[in-house]
Amino acid sequence: MTDSVLHVSRDQFTETVAGLRDDGYVSVLDVTAVDYLEHPGRTDLPAEVTPERFELVVTLISHTAPGRTRLRVQVPDDDPTVPTLFDLYPGTEALEREVADMFGIVFEGHPDPSRILMPPDWEGHPLRKDFAVGQIPVQFKATR
Amino acid sequence: MSAADTTVEVATDEAVRRRDDSAVLRIGEDDGERLEAEAGTSDTSMVMNMGPQHPSTHGVLRLMLEMEGETVMRSKPVIGYLHTGMEKTAETLTYLQGPTNVTRMDYAAPLFSELAFSMATEALLGLEVPPRATWIRMLMCELNRISSHLLFQATNGMDIGAVSMMIYGWREREEALRLLETITGLRMNHNFIRPGGVAADLPDGWRDEVLTLIDALPARLNEFDTLLTGQPIYRERLQGVGVINTAECLALGVTGPILRSTGYAWDLRRDMPYLAYDQVDFDVVVGTYGDCFDRYAIRLNEIRESIRILAQILHQMPSGDYRVQDKKVTPPPRARIDESMEALIHHFKIFTEGFKVPAGEVYAAVESPRGELGCYMVSDGSAVPYRMHIRGPSFVNLQTLPHMMQGGMVADAVAIISSVDPIMGEVDR
Repeated sequence: MTDSVLHVSRDQFTETVAGLRDDGYVSVLDVTAVDYLEHPGRTDLPAEVTPERFELVVTLISHTAPGRTRLRVQVPDDDPTVPTLFDLYPGTEALEREVADMFGIVFEGHPDPSRILMPPDWEGHPLRKDFAVGQIPVQFKATR
Repeated sequence: MSAADTTVEVATDEAVRRRDDSAVLRIGEDDGERLEAEAGTSDTSMVMNMGPQHPSTHGVLRLMLEMEGETVMRSKPVIGYLHTGMEKTAETLTYLQGPTNVTRMDYAAPLFSELAFSMATEALLGLEVPPRATWIRMLMCELNRISSHLLFQATNGMDIGAVSMMIYGWREREEALRLLETITGLRMNHNFIRPGGVAADLPDGWRDEVLTLIDALPARLNEFDTLLTGQPIYRERLQGVGVINTAECLALGVTGPILRSTGYAWDLRRDMPYLAYDQVDFDVVVGTYGDCFDRYAIRLNEIRESIRILAQILHQMPSGDYRVQDKKVTPPPRARIDESMEALIHHFKIFTEGFKVPAGEVYAAVESPRGELGCYMVSDGSAVPYRMHIRGPSFVNLQTLPHMMQGGMVADAVAIISSVDPIMGEVDR
C-alpha cells in the first residue's frame, strides 16, 4: 500500500489540509522537514514545483478508507515560514515545535513557538545540513 | 466496533478546542518562578515542577504543573533531556548501520524501530523480503510487544503503589528477554532486523523455547488479574482517572492503546496490515471509558493476543531463507569468505562502504506497543540516508498529558503518566 503524495504551495497549504480533514483524514500523524541544501539533484519533483531549500512533510491518515497522504511543501531559505496547522489539528503542536527547533522553520500562529528538544538558549538548528556534527562547543549555561 | 462504522467528530470540534486552550500551560521552561512572583500573594495557584529526576516520570520527563491546592489546573510536559541527535547521527551511518542507531530510541521495544527503518529502506530499494524473514520478524515483534507490555505492568503497578507488581512484571519480562537473547544474542538493542531480512536464522530449539514461554505466561497473567484487576484499591486509583475521548485522541494524533482505550478500534496490524498480519487471527482490544484502567486492561489483554499470534506463528513458520538473496544488499555467507577472494572483497565492501539506495522518499509505519511508529526516509542515491526521521508514538502521545491531568490530583498525575507509558529515549531521540 503506497501513500499518495501531494505537492502544495504555501498559499494553498492550510486550504488543502482543511479539505483533507473534511474528506475524512482524522489525524495528522507526522510533521517533519528536510533540508535539501546538499542534495546532489532532486528528480522526484513535478515540473511545476520550484525546488527550495526546505521541504515541509506532513503525513495525514484516513481511517474510513485506510490510507495515508503526504503533503510536501517547498519552503525557501530566505523566508522560512509556514502557517501552523494547530487550528485544524491541535496534535501538530509538538511536531511543529520540533521542526521549528531542528530546522528554524517558523510556524505562523503557533501558540507556543519555544524550543522543544534543545535547551532554550541554544543557538542554531541542528538538523540543518550546514550545522556541523561535533564541532560546536557545549552551550549549556552551567559551563560558561 | 470497527473504525469504518464509527462516525467520529473530527479534530476541531469546539469543545476539544476550548479544553485544549485551557489545559496546556504554554510558558517558557524558566518562566514558572517569574510568573509566580508577578502574581503575588493574592493568587492562590502555584507553578510546581515535577521531574526530570523523579521516579514516576519514567526517565527524564519534566512536568510544569499549575496547582490550585492539590488540584492540577494546567500543565506542560517539558522534554529534551535525553536528546542526543539520533536523527542527525543517522545521516552519517550507512543503511546497514542504521538499525544500530534507531534500536536505541524506544529501548523497551527496540525491534519495532528496526523494523520501521528496514521497511523504509526496503521500500526505497524495491526489495521483497523472503517469507521466512517476514515471519521471523513477526515472531520477534510479538515477543517484544509482550516484553514491553510486561514492563508497563511492572512500572504501572509500582507507580500506583503495588510495589510487589514490579517484581512480578520484571520477572516475566526477563523471561521474554531471555528468549530474545537466545535468538538475537542481546537482551535489548538487538540490531536483529536489518534491511533485507534478519541478522541470523532462528537457533535450534527455538520452537521449544517459545512454547515454554507462551505456555507459562497465561497462568502468570491470571495472577496479575488476581493481584491487580479485581483489587478495589487498584481500581479506585485508576477508574475514571485520566479520561480522554476519541475525538480528542484523533485531534491530538494519538495512536495505540490510548486511542483504543476510548473504544475506537484502530490497529495498523489489522487495518493496514504489514508483514503477514493478514494471515494470523487476533482481536483488537478496545476499552470503553478511555481512563487509566482501560489502558491497563488493554495492555494486559494485548499480551494475551500476542500469545495467540505467537502460537499461530509456530504453526505457520515457513522454511527458506532468512534474508533476501540480493548480492547488492546481502553479505556473502561466512563459509564462502574462506574460499573465495571475491566473497571476501564483497563482504568488506558491504560493511565499509555499504550499499547504494536509489533516490526517493518514503514513509513506512508499524504498530509498536505504544502506537504508530513511522520512519520517514529520504535517499539521495548514496549509501547513507539523506534524512531519516522517526515518528515516535510516545512523542505525540505525551500531548495528552495536560488534557488528562486537568482537574485531577497530583497523585492522579502519577497514574496518568504511567498509563501513557512514554519511553523518553524515543520522545527525545
